[in-house]
Amino acid sequence: MKLDTHVWPGNYGAEARPRMGFFTDTSVCIGCKACEVACKQWNGVPEDGLDFTGNSYDNTGGLGADSWRHVAFIEQEKPLSLQQAPPGAGGDGDNSTGMRWLMSSDVCKHCTEAACLDVCPTGALFRTEFGTVVVQEDVCNGCGYCIPACPFGVIDQRKGDGRAWKCTLCYDRLQVGEEPACAKACPTDSIQFGELEDLRERAGARVETLHETGVQEARLYGESPGDGVGGFGAFFLLLDAPETYGLPPDPVVGTRKLGEMWRTAALAGATLALGAAAAVARR
Amino acid sequence: MGSNMAENHPVGFQWVMEAKLRGARVIHVDPRFTRTSAVADRHVALRAGSDIAFLGGVINYILSNEREFRDYVLAYTNASTIVSDDFRDTEDLDGLFSGYDQATASYDNSSWQYKEMEASAAVGHQEAGAPSGEQAHGAHGGRLHQRDRSAVDDSLEDPRCVFQILKRHYSRYTPEKVEEICGVPRAQFLEVAEALCQNSGRERTSAFCYAVGWTQHTVGVQYIRTAAVIQLLLGNIGRPGGGILALRGHASIQGSTDIPTLFNILPGYLPMPDAQKHPTLERYIEANTTPAGFWGNTDTYIVSLLKAWFGEAATAENDYCYDHLPRISGDHSHYSTSMDMLEGKVDGYFVMGENPVVGTANSRLHRLAFSRLKWMVVRDFSLIETATFWKQSPEIESGELRSQDIGTEVFFMPAAAHTEKDGSFTNTQRLLQWHHAAVAPVGDRRSELWFMYHLGRRVRAKLAASSDPRDRPILDLTWEYPTDGAIEEPSADAVLSEINGYEVASGKPLPSFLALEADGSTACGCWIYSGVRAEGVNQASRRKPGAEQTWVAPEWGWAWPMNRRILYNRASADPHGNPWSERKRYVWWDQDSEQWTGEDIPDFVKDMRPDYVPDEGSRGPDALRGDEPFIMQADGRGWLFAPSGLTDGPMSTHYEPQESPFDNALYGIRANPARQQLPGPENLYHPSDGDAHADVFPYVFTTYRLTEHHTAGGMSRWLPYLSELQPEMFVEVSAELARERGLENAGWATIITARGAIEARVLVTDRVKPLRVQGRLVHQVGLPYHWGDQGYATGDAANELLSIAMDSNVHIGEYKAATCDVRPGRRPRGRARRELVERYQREAGLR
Repeated sequence: MKLDTHVWPGNYGAEARPRMGFFTDTSVCIGCKACEVACKQWNGVPEDGLDFTGNSYDNTGGLGADSWRHVAFIEQEKPLSLQQAPPGAGGDGDNSTGMRWLMSSDVCKHCTEAACLDVCPTGALFRTEFGTVVVQEDVCNGCGYCIPACPFGVIDQRKGDGRAWKCTLCYDRLQVGEEPACAKACPTDSIQFGELEDLRERAGARVETLHETGVQEARLYGESPGDGVGGFGAFFLLLDAPETYGLPPDPVVGTRKLGEMWRTAALAGATLALGAAAAVARR
Repeated sequence: MGSNMAENHPVGFQWVMEAKLRGARVIHVDPRFTRTSAVADRHVALRAGSDIAFLGGVINYILSNEREFRDYVLAYTNASTIVSDDFRDTEDLDGLFSGYDQATASYDNSSWQYKEMEASAAVGHQEAGAPSGEQAHGAHGGRLHQRDRSAVDDSLEDPRCVFQILKRHYSRYTPEKVEEICGVPRAQFLEVAEALCQNSGRERTSAFCYAVGWTQHTVGVQYIRTAAVIQLLLGNIGRPGGGILALRGHASIQGSTDIPTLFNILPGYLPMPDAQKHPTLERYIEANTTPAGFWGNTDTYIVSLLKAWFGEAATAENDYCYDHLPRISGDHSHYSTSMDMLEGKVDGYFVMGENPVVGTANSRLHRLAFSRLKWMVVRDFSLIETATFWKQSPEIESGELRSQDIGTEVFFMPAAAHTEKDGSFTNTQRLLQWHHAAVAPVGDRRSELWFMYHLGRRVRAKLAASSDPRDRPILDLTWEYPTDGAIEEPSADAVLSEINGYEVASGKPLPSFLALEADGSTACGCWIYSGVRAEGVNQASRRKPGAEQTWVAPEWGWAWPMNRRILYNRASADPHGNPWSERKRYVWWDQDSEQWTGEDIPDFVKDMRPDYVPDEGSRGPDALRGDEPFIMQADGRGWLFAPSGLTDGPMSTHYEPQESPFDNALYGIRANPARQQLPGPENLYHPSDGDAHADVFPYVFTTYRLTEHHTAGGMSRWLPYLSELQPEMFVEVSAELARERGLENAGWATIITARGAIEARVLVTDRVKPLRVQGRLVHQVGLPYHWGDQGYATGDAANELLSIAMDSNVHIGEYKAATCDVRPGRRPRGRARRELVERYQREAGLR
């Protein structure tokens, strides 16, 4: 299992702490949005508009500078395999409720290979001793490079402020041994906080249990270190394909090829220089 | 059923999710597919207002397939009791029970009695055992004149025994009728009925969770009665994993009936004295004492209460100041008081922890009523709509009312939040949990305790020199409580001490209500809470984690009575005192120690042998048998048939709501004949199916709450973080209804009744589906009720639409099923809004 990032734990030496993260088990989410409120309350994130969307019970819309947790609500005419089509369904005035209402609390993924961090020119974004990715609000200059870099569209600039904001995995709470506000508030333990290694074990067992009880569609999202971002520090158990929840099925960190690109560029440069030198030498 | 637990009790719902993880099967029966349905194993959609038909169908399924837990039913219920020859069922009278009086729209329940009881009534106990008027059916339960059931048939074959009456009564609630009335396909109904039966018996138990989706109907109490009958037949009462769980509307609603804010009961469900029937303490005690069971000790409860309230002034010579208690003379419940207000009969009104203009049926009627008061005190966090009705309202906008003409003087008192005060919450499971003030109240905010204590103190100071006898009750009150800090906050713990009770001579805290006396030597503010401060320790503040104690967790908080976690738990053992099964063992008779023992505190006389039979002279708890677990009932048995205690029938019956697009498919009587109505020009009722113009209001609507807001909004609509999650009033409709009425998702709709017209944003969803009922498609319209015109997130109040029609047992309104019309677009403004409503009233033939 590869959970190491470029700088964690290596650069921290003895100060490195276990890598912490979230396992969000959407199969037990009841869509109460306590995570959204607790997050805003603890982190002083501003309210961002009284907008009725008409999109199920989701009036938050998505993650952004002012929404660091976002509960998605997906209504579909498609029963969960566990619930199955009820008996007596079908026909005129179909009384069946052969539908499902998926709910999922989204959050910053705290990627193992974090593009936002890679592109940040000021060092405002950094990897903490817990392996999480945090923006330092007093360093960020609002250049906005991190925003297109994030393959999930998580980080964003705050209007009227200009700086980039996102989930800190409650860095301040972690430093004093408290769990993040959202996990603390979650009544059904849909949001579980802990050492990433433990969470991955727990998640694997949970998927197995669900499969055994007939929830065939249960799957993990972002647990694989082999994926395009080297695995998520905050990963999910979903009940359908990621696209259903508005999540990219195959996220790739845009900066992954950066080293290779530089190497290629350097090689090209060197070749060029060598050629030039040769040309000069030939004279 | 009748509950959307995941949305409205998300914190409690964590335990349902945990039970699911352990293999529990969750079935959600509800008109809408909600966040509860989303995580349930099965959702069954039924028409709002048809639950008794569904549950009655379950009873019929149990009885006609012999699926009852026969040993339990025979030993612990009144199934074998023979009922009076005078009793006539709805089967005989096409929807009426015997004893109905057309003129008063009420029942005389004398024909519902057990067979031998008429004899005892004739020998002089007529009044003693028969509470009347408001007290006939109070929360203190039913009454019997004597304990013996001489007329019984243990074979359950006698056609006049309860079991056979029940069987006949529910025989017409067939799966076909369930489908026809509820709109539930019979296969779905049968799946639920079978699941319940399979999951009940010696080895397994099932529980019902309900909330105001059951209570807020004109037959609300009977909804719950029907579930109680199912649970008794299946042996699911008094056993772990069983029961009927009343999920309360918000924190400490259970507490507000235990130590009541209700007009007709005193603390501990003691009836309020009746002006005619209870002129003396002796008569009061006589009328409210049963020959057997714990209501046999009523004298100790009431005398100790009087000692707690009136202290040294309460003596044996003056009947312990019994005459200081108010007397009840009629219905003074919420809505009756509002109607009196409308007629100018009420001068002043305190509104605390409530926002009637948004939270109760018929907002307009309440605003008009408030405009006739002389003064009103509103205590809340913010200037809620009830406090601002005089300057902003639909009536002000329409010009019907002008601020300068309203004489009501409104006093607004800022309230402290639960985080700013000490106190207790008593919730669903009768569990008292203490909370400590985390911060001091900001500014002028004060706790209710502070407000009532200092108000009382100031009134008493003003009256101190009075010799007027009518001031004695206030001057004689024990009103000394230690206070703390600059604001002089009274000690909540001192109040808890008084509630727990103490020996008058020594001041020593009482261990439990078993120590109460009727001679003035003990004082106790609420007998069922006695023991909450046993040994001087606040037991409600205990917070020992569940992992550090037994699975029953007796050291988390304190449950009344006597810290019992499951009531009537004697029923978890068989008549001989052995557990029904090893898997469900809970409380049992221990032969060696000669007492009841187990996981919980036994809800029984501790050393009463299972084979104990009382002798002639026994009274109170000693007059019960050792094998009768229902110790609050005079016959010690669970009542499948209620000879008293209910105003609208000894058994439940399906009646249509006050307003319904359908006729009653089971009887000639459409709606509950004993329902309470308050007809008048400001409380018009719609015509229902069969009446002329019923089609003016063709749709069924139901009102409810969302996780994101709290009741009438006082605790949520002023908070930006909650308001942004559900920013606007909306209406949930099916795609079919949206097509039929031209509604667009996220657009606007106007909803109209004979009471009002409101606008709401449209949410088209498959979670609300039309149902096929009596061969017709019926559309259901869903309306959350949180919004009003004040606060950060504003919108129209759903309660503008509802009429006041009530259950006659408890005076609770029918908020969960009524009829309406829906149109696309926003509602008219100003005077035109009222004109729209008046046009509908004319079209419906109401004016």
